[in-house]
Amino acid sequence: MRSNRKSLTLFVAAFMVLGTALAACTAETKPTASTSGTKTEAKTEANTNSSAGGEIPVGIVHSLTGTMSISEVSVKDAEMMAIDEINQAGGVLGKKLKPIIEDGASDWPTFAEKTKKLLQKDKVAVIFGGWTSASRKAVLPVVEQNKGLFFYPVQYEGLEASPNIFYTGATTNQQIVPAVTWLLQNKGKKFFLLGSDYVFPRTANKIIKEQLKAEGGTLIAEEYTPLGHTDYNTIISKIKKEKPDVVFNTLNGDSNVAFFKQLKDAGIGPNDLTTLSVSIAEEEIRGIGASVLEGHYAAWNYYQTTDTPENKKFVDAYKTKYGKDRVTDDPIEAGYFGVYLWAEAVKKAGSTDVDKVKAAAKGLEYSAPGGKVKIDGDNQHVYKTVRIGQVQADGQFKEVWNSGQPVKPDPFLTTYPWGAEVTKK
Amino acid sequence: MGILLLQLFNGVSLGSILLLVALGLAITFGLMNVINMAHGEFIMIGAYMAYTIQQLFHNMLPPAAFGWYFPASLAVAFAAAFAVGLLLEVTLIRFLYGRPLDSLLATWGVSLVLQQLARQTFGAPNVAVKAPAWLEGGLQLGADLTLPYKRLFIIALVIVCIAIIYAFLYRSAGGRRMRAVMQNRGMAACLGISTRRVDAVSFAFGSGLAGIAGCALTLLGPIGPTIGTYYIVDAFMVVVLGGIGKLVGTVAGALGIGVLGTALEYGTSATIGKVIVFTLIIAFLQWKPSGLVTVRSRTLD
Repeated sequence: MRSNRKSLTLFVAAFMVLGTALAACTAETKPTASTSGTKTEAKTEANTNSSAGGEIPVGIVHSLTGTMSISEVSVKDAEMMAIDEINQAGGVLGKKLKPIIEDGASDWPTFAEKTKKLLQKDKVAVIFGGWTSASRKAVLPVVEQNKGLFFYPVQYEGLEASPNIFYTGATTNQQIVPAVTWLLQNKGKKFFLLGSDYVFPRTANKIIKEQLKAEGGTLIAEEYTPLGHTDYNTIISKIKKEKPDVVFNTLNGDSNVAFFKQLKDAGIGPNDLTTLSVSIAEEEIRGIGASVLEGHYAAWNYYQTTDTPENKKFVDAYKTKYGKDRVTDDPIEAGYFGVYLWAEAVKKAGSTDVDKVKAAAKGLEYSAPGGKVKIDGDNQHVYKTVRIGQVQADGQFKEVWNSGQPVKPDPFLTTYPWGAEVTKK
Repeated sequence: MGILLLQLFNGVSLGSILLLVALGLAITFGLMNVINMAHGEFIMIGAYMAYTIQQLFHNMLPPAAFGWYFPASLAVAFAAAFAVGLLLEVTLIRFLYGRPLDSLLATWGVSLVLQQLARQTFGAPNVAVKAPAWLEGGLQLGADLTLPYKRLFIIALVIVCIAIIYAFLYRSAGGRRMRAVMQNRGMAACLGISTRRVDAVSFAFGSGLAGIAGCALTLLGPIGPTIGTYYIVDAFMVVVLGGIGKLVGTVAGALGIGVLGTALEYGTSATIGKVIVFTLIIAFLQWKPSGLVTVRSRTLD
């Protein structure tokens, strides 16, 4: 009986080890599968063309597993596409780029650890990656200490500028602030702020509240729900009671699905209430359902429907590579042109040395799919055009307003009279 | 007045969702004492079944038949989760009866494996399930009072599920055997009941109920590989608060948390409301460690 028990324990232990190994394997195989093409290609090229010599290792760190993989896998795909394109065009400085993909696993310490590994062991020239502010904050000290370069592709809450990070997503004055101004002018003064309970929504709402005070809006209510919250009936009751003109939505992740499905069930449509979201892009619409979101607004710098020749090429290439049913969106575009910005800077500097690349990047311009972008030398953010779009029945956005020209990034809101109030607190 | 009634409805509605999620666990954890961390993944299986059946109906059948996909997917979700539950019981759980910590770890590993399998099969992003037309809209009872059909449907579904479980447990020979095994395994075995088979079927039945819950949840929220993790804590909370091993307790626990939770959320905010609910539950369990409704059985001695 006793030995029997022992063997059972062994069996269970073996099963669990197998289970974890399996999970780890599947997590690992995905990136290598997508890199293998480039790797072998790069190798054969290097063999036949040995005079060019060598490869430049570049790092990618995104969540390929865990809760954030929902968003980050497609950004990784876009970055891989840019690297492939650059390699096909002959690489940078006569060398091919060799991508090394790491899985941040939606876990911030893992992001820091993988970044450290990429910088110290793989000696990569640059790292593309991250999505949540928490992952960026975890990576920040690591790239600063190791004097690395990090390209961060997602809109965020601002109030940050690291000498070792390039921010290719929007800061607040390129998304939230103009969106609030547009809403005040076109949709009404009474604002209901709804967000997930963590850094980004709280900071964003702090900014919005100051802006409302300065520009004549009124704050009706400010509500936060825990990340992953799925029951919005009570919040919707509050919205019904307060009757705001606008719900400014900074919910993140799956909560959006629950909120919009339940809003529609409660009989509140886009004609009864204007909502503007800053975290819902084409990729998210696919998972929520276009019929649920039709008529609601979002603010970004890029949509799949953005009408530029560069974008036509980009969307076609992305769909050819990854499938007809895939969509592009703002962080995907920012991830993609970030790779190009870095490559251009390296070409200009004639070296992959971090300091030389940073110096060369100052004022660098590039025609991205979403329009012209330019690196601001002061804070290493990017000039971008602001666009407000409305969700259509096919899950795509129709642009209803844009800023006309690329907006200078202002992460600390120094150009606004009320900006001092935000940075002070 | 409208708002008050609406909030009461919201409370009952939230309670019904908690109950739906916890029913399966009331059997696998409440009756069988297996700490099943993979319960959330059975919910996920149900949700993905709804998505799969929807795609099948959309691609293979005429549009007129589309409305029928949902009842069909309820049945398929139950069957699929039942099958996976049975497989899990036979290959793993049966070696872990009476070893709660081991079963906690092992089923947690299983939940990770199942999540990754779903990610490989259906992709990392969420998928969308379109509700059938007959569940769109709501019952208009006043200016402020709209009762969404989906919520009413879920409440009805929970009532039907409870009725079936009750009839099975207390009115059928199979249910009697099941209760006998849970309460006194040795005696039941002496009387000629195949405890192995009863264990397997009970666990699979609990898993199947989770599948139904997952299918219903597609009407309200996201469908992704991690959907189970949103509900697993709530499900355990309901079963523990209700009193392990008693169906009535699970019902009372779910409705109590639902109504109290929404009232507190309306009075304060979602985050604070949740904190207060948890605090109250902890305090209550200090005062009455065995939950709302207690049952005397061998498993609890």
